[in-house]
Amino acid sequence: MAEDIEAKLKRYKTAPFDSRFPNQNQTKNCWQNYLDFHRCQKAMAAKGADATPCQWYYRVYKSLCPTSWVTTWDEYREEGIFPGKI
Amino acid sequence: MANHSQLGFQDASSPIMEELVEFHDHALMVALTICSLVLYLLTLMLMEKLSSNTVDAQEVELIWTILPAIVLILLALPSLQILYMMDEIDEPDLTLKAIGHQWYWSYEYTDFKDLSFDSYMIPTTDLPLGHFRLLEVDHRVVIPMESPIRMIITADDVLHSWAVPTLGVKTDAIPGRLNQTSFTTTRPGIFYGQCSEICGANHSFMPIVVESTPLTYFENWSSLISS
Repeated sequence: MAEDIEAKLKRYKTAPFDSRFPNQNQTKNCWQNYLDFHRCQKAMAAKGADATPCQWYYRVYKSLCPTSWVTTWDEYREEGIFPGKI
Repeated sequence: MANHSQLGFQDASSPIMEELVEFHDHALMVALTICSLVLYLLTLMLMEKLSSNTVDAQEVELIWTILPAIVLILLALPSLQILYMMDEIDEPDLTLKAIGHQWYWSYEYTDFKDLSFDSYMIPTTDLPLGHFRLLEVDHRVVIPMESPIRMIITADDVLHSWAVPTLGVKTDAIPGRLNQTSFTTTRPGIFYGQCSEICGANHSFMPIVVESTPLTYFENWSSLISS
């Protein structure tokens, strides 16, 4: 499974079609991947496991989310006022 | 870009736009036929050449009910075909973000590196000879040709709209929302568009310029511009 994710990451071109978000409005797609990355990181760190699989979510949110949104959310997380549950 | 006094569409540079132009030709032909028929009948009536002492017109009633229904079907079928074609899932090669500001666009290519830049209109006072007034920008959106591109459109302040007629693209830029659109350019070239949602004083002065080039040149450009 770890090899699969690394192969997937190596083949990464851009965020693939996500059937959870099939329509024009991709806001939730960006938000969900941002949340998933940080949740994954937190969970892997808590277990002491390898956080490489989390990189997928990172690449996807990087592709989709505007940089200014990511910067703002990172700041909110640091200040402890991030509205999502991580 | 449009030539002066141009009435029709610009030449298509994407497969969807090609379909739309063909459909428009078809729909206009239907409209022309119906208008010609109506004009002909009107002329006959005005010359008092149309008279009838029929009281029971079942057959003709049937014809002028069925025929319009057929015409409507002939319009609806290609229209729906194109609608579904636009929704086809085509795994994109590249994701590009376009963010509308007052009064310029900024673009982000973040699939690999953090490549981003602003795109301001070149003011007429600084416009080199022979260039297009109110359409040229300092930094164009360079994309690889014949590749499916996913565009994510949003805005930073007020409503804007990212439109490039030759690609058949017009998508609203809404603050707090990511709108997805996609296209594939059929040929290399420089494609112009303008902001299509009123956004303040300089709404007419924030154009869009897409430069479609072969992949090698795109890779060259992306490595140069990020340095």
